[in-house]
This record gives sequence, C-alpha cells and structure tokens, in this order.
Amino acid sequence: MRVVIAEDLALLRDGLIRLLSAYGFRVVAAVDNGTDLRAALLAHRPEVAVVDVRLPPTFTDEGLRAAIAARAEVPGLPVLVLSQHVEQLYARELLSDRRGGVGYLLKDRVSTVGEFVDAVRRVAAGGTAMDPEVVSQLLARNAGAPTRALTPREREVLGLMAEGRSNAAIAGRLFVTEKAIGKHINNIFAKLDLPPSEDDNRRVLAVLAYLNA
Amino acid sequence: MKAWLFTRRGLIGLGRVALLGIVAVPVHLVLVALTVASFVTTLAGVGLVLAPLVQLLVRAYANLRRRLAREWCGVEIPEPYRPRPDGAWIGRPRRWMWLVRDPATWRDLLWLLGGAPVGAALGGIAVAALLYGVQGIILVPVIIDAATGWYGYGVVWPLDDAADFMLVPPQGVLITVGALYAAPWLLWALARYDFSLLGPTRSTTLALRVDRLTETRTQVVDAQAAELRRIERDLHDGAQARIVALGMSLGMAEDLVTRDPEAAQALIAEAREASGKALAELRLLVRGIHPPVLAERGLTGGLRALALTLPLPVTVEGELPGRPPAPVESAAYFAAAEALANVVKHSGATQAWVSLSYLGGALYLTVGDDGAGGAAPGPGSGLAGVERRLAAFDGSLLVDSPAGGPTVLTMELPCALSSPKISPSSATG
Repeated sequence: MRVVIAEDLALLRDGLIRLLSAYGFRVVAAVDNGTDLRAALLAHRPEVAVVDVRLPPTFTDEGLRAAIAARAEVPGLPVLVLSQHVEQLYARELLSDRRGGVGYLLKDRVSTVGEFVDAVRRVAAGGTAMDPEVVSQLLARNAGAPTRALTPREREVLGLMAEGRSNAAIAGRLFVTEKAIGKHINNIFAKLDLPPSEDDNRRVLAVLAYLNA
Repeated sequence: MKAWLFTRRGLIGLGRVALLGIVAVPVHLVLVALTVASFVTTLAGVGLVLAPLVQLLVRAYANLRRRLAREWCGVEIPEPYRPRPDGAWIGRPRRWMWLVRDPATWRDLLWLLGGAPVGAALGGIAVAALLYGVQGIILVPVIIDAATGWYGYGVVWPLDDAADFMLVPPQGVLITVGALYAAPWLLWALARYDFSLLGPTRSTTLALRVDRLTETRTQVVDAQAAELRRIERDLHDGAQARIVALGMSLGMAEDLVTRDPEAAQALIAEAREASGKALAELRLLVRGIHPPVLAERGLTGGLRALALTLPLPVTVEGELPGRPPAPVESAAYFAAAEALANVVKHSGATQAWVSLSYLGGALYLTVGDDGAGGAAPGPGSGLAGVERRLAAFDGSLLVDSPAGGPTVLTMELPCALSSPKISPSSATG
C-alpha cells in the first residue's frame, strides 16, 4: 500500500517510515513541510497519507490545511492526521466534507502499534479513525439530550463506533457477538432518530455528524 | 414647546453659572484666606492641624465642582491628588508634607483665587445680558427716556421719536434670546476654567500612571512566580516521575528479556503505558501555559476550539484584521476562557456568545450569556482574575450583569496588530 508521510521531526519521521514499512506499507514520499506535502499528495496520489498537523514553514496547522486542500482537489483522498493535541475544531474541519477516509489521532497512539496500523488501513479503505479523546469530548458535550436515553452499553458502543471501528472490531473488544452489536446499533440509531444504514463507514459518519451538530 | 425647552435650558444654565460664578465668590475668598492662614500659622505649629483640615474642606469643595462640571457640562475632571501615605494622620508632619508636596494643593489655591474673578465675570455677563434684554421687552428704556429726555437702547442712542421707541421691544427679544442661548455656553466656559486648574497636569497623570503600573506589575510578577511554581511542581510530580518509572521498567525489561521474555513483555507494556500517561500530563500542562490551537489559529480560532469543549452552545464571532502581540493574545484568550468558565459554573445560562473586534488601537472582547446575572468582580472571584490578567496590559473589564441577567462582560486591551502573516514558534507538532 503506497503511503505519503509528512512529519518535520526527523526522529519521528524515520520512526514512522520504519514502522509502516515493517507492516507492508510502501513509503513513496516522506516530507517535512506543508508546501512539499501538498505537492507530494497531488503528484503521488497515495492510498493513504499520514500527516503531522504542525509543520514548517509556519509551524501552525500547516499539515492540516495542506491535507484539507488536497482533499478538496482529490475528493476522498485518505488522510490520517497526527497531533500532539486534539481539537474538536480540527476534527470537525476534517469531517466536514462527509466523505470518510479521514483519521485524526494523538501521536501517542502510534506506540500502540497494532491499533495504529489498523487505523491507517481503515482510513485507507475509506473508513474513519477518531481519537478516543475527541470522541469522549463529543460524548461529554452531548451528555444531555437524546443520548441520555441510551443504556451504558449502548453509549459504549456509540463511543467505539464514533472512533470509526467496524461492528466486528467492536464485538471483539466488548467480548460479544457481532449480532449483539448489530442489535445495539439498531437501538442507538432508533433512539437518536438516525436513518439506518448497512454500510459501516456511512454509519460512522452519521454518528459523528450527529455528535458534532 | 420647543421655545419653552429653549427657555428652560437657558434659564437653568443661567441659574447654574450665576450660582457657581457669583454666589460662590465668597466661598472662594474664604477658602483662599483659610488656606493662606493655615499654612502661615504652621510656623507657630497650629497649621500642622489646621492646614490638613482646611485642605479637607478645599478638596471637598473642588470635588463638588468636579462633579458638577461632569453632571452639568459633561466635562470630565479627574482627581489629581496623590494617594495618601500610610499613617498620615491629621496633626502628623507626614500629613502636612504630603499636602505641601502635592502640586495639586497649590493648583487648587490658584484655582480658588482665579475662580472668583473668572466666575464673577462669566456669571455677571450671563445675568446682565438677560436683565438688559428683559428690560427692553418691558419698555423700561422708553420710560426712562420719557423721564430724563436722554436715554437709548441697544443700537439706538438716544431714543428720539416713535420709530425709535418701536425698535426697543424687538431688540429686547433678540438680546434675551441671545442671553438664553449663551448661558449654557458660559457655564461650559466656567467648567473649562475648572478643568484647566483642577484636572491633573501631564506630570501628575504620568505619576498616577506610574503608581498604577507599579501595582499591576507587582501583581503580574507574583502571579507569574506562582504559575512557574505550579508548572515546576506539576512537571516534577507528573511527567518527570513517570519518565523515571518508564526508564526503570525498560531497564528491568532489558535485563529480563533473555531469561524471562514474558515478564519482560509485561514490563515493556507497563513502560508504554507510563509514556502515554506522561504525554497526557504534558499535554494538559501545555494547554495551561499556551494552548497549541491558539498558536495555530490565533484568538478567534483558539476561542472557537475552546467553545466546542464547553457543555453549552457558545458562538464565537469576529475576525481580527491581524494578530495581537503573543502576550496580549494569550492574556485575551485566558481572560475569555476564565469568563466562559464563570458562565459554565455560575450563570445557569443555556447559551453564550463571544465577539471580537479591533477598534481605535484596542482589542475588544465581549462575552455574554443568557444566565441569571448578578456577576460582580469581588476579591477571589473569577472576574477578579480576569481583571488582573487584563490590567497587566493596561486593559480593563466592564461588567454589566443586572440581577436576572443577561450578563455582558466587555474587555478592552490596547494593543497593535501585526499583519496576518503568522510568526514562527517552536517546532513541535
């Protein structure tokens, strides 16, 4: 799988290259600034990009802007954004085109290698990977309203779904059958008055859009 | 109706300028005499008590005039007196020295002295003009002319025939109208005279400013020192300790990796967990020092990001034409954050809003909510913290929070904006 990496700290950039190469990704470009990133994304059209938010030359949100700009030109270009801190504002901006193929994770998550690689693959496949911290903030904000009608288990499922996990992954994590998870999800969608959908990705996006409103 | 309002306004102005100009003359003279006498008698010791007493009187009168200038003419005259030093009781030489050294004391004396003729002149003109006008309307000059044979009025001297007599009342009306029109302006002129001597001079303005700066600087230095101590403690007990533990786990794992791979694996997992916790603590700390999103998105973006984390809907409006200097931006951010935290904690509001603008060299930040109101910046309250943050940059806080709400806080921070180009900061992402 072809991947573009953007990270300005050489130590972390090399680490990411090594890590992703070890898991069968082919790093076609590794850049260290926003200008090069945009050029690389448009030239290589990678299957997924792993991008640091803060990059030279401005050391602000250069990476995020470059990613969003590239997605405007290549709709649905899969991008996983990494940062030292997560902001709901940025999550919202990344999700705003409602196309999926988006990830937004804390850099810490890279250390849980298996889950991180899984997230990269999910994003490459058009799915979503939201950091648990973003999701818990979203849930806290929606503590009132219809989400109060959910059972604790349903809230748990809602949280994992908002992170972008598939039914199978949620089932594995909660030690229940996929069928049981399907039932929970149907209940959640009914209680939140969301249109049911068979497609995992579309369901995730619907949940995130609901929580972000 | 309009004529009545005009007349009323003129008469009120006339009454006031007569009161402050003419009636006050004896007050001025008495106070001048008392001031001079009280300072002269200091040679005999009596003045040590007398002078402060007289100055209490003088300042009370001057303050009354300052208030009247504001209420009657809209002329704002700030008090120029230096703050009284501690323990300067009446009778102690320190009290006397404080008065003698304050140039405002001598300017008050000058004002009292000059106020008598200036006031008498302005008041005299106002009263005389009106009397002269009214005299014409009721034909007094005609009567005098008839009695003495030689008298005139206005521009007609002497009054010779019936045609001249006919000119008297219209002139009287004209002069009366003029007098009524002029009275408020004469009052204003008197207020300007008061301003010229009762207001602070440039050097007292600066002296007062220095006092204020000294005070806020002390507060800022204290607050900063406390903040640094907190950061040091947080680092020491938090991230630093966790990294030490992490190193220990890794060291033990290294030792065990060949002998007991399973135990080594458990230790490595522990180390990873410790690194995650250390990072989480560092993130929290960094947010408290300078929120990354503020560096990345500026004030509006930073506040927008903050608003999204609050449990009630908060709209953030207004883009600034550039970025304020980093310390001002940070102060504005934390002031707004504190105000919003107050909204969440105390107001019971269902929604809030923040608006930003830049006008005439100052940044304006308004935070409003539809809550219960009754917010006041008492000591120890969140609003006092907001005030302190703003004061460090010569800013100010205006609280409008009637009981029952809504509450609107307006923060003003004088600053210059840089061009929208973003300055580079540290290279961490």
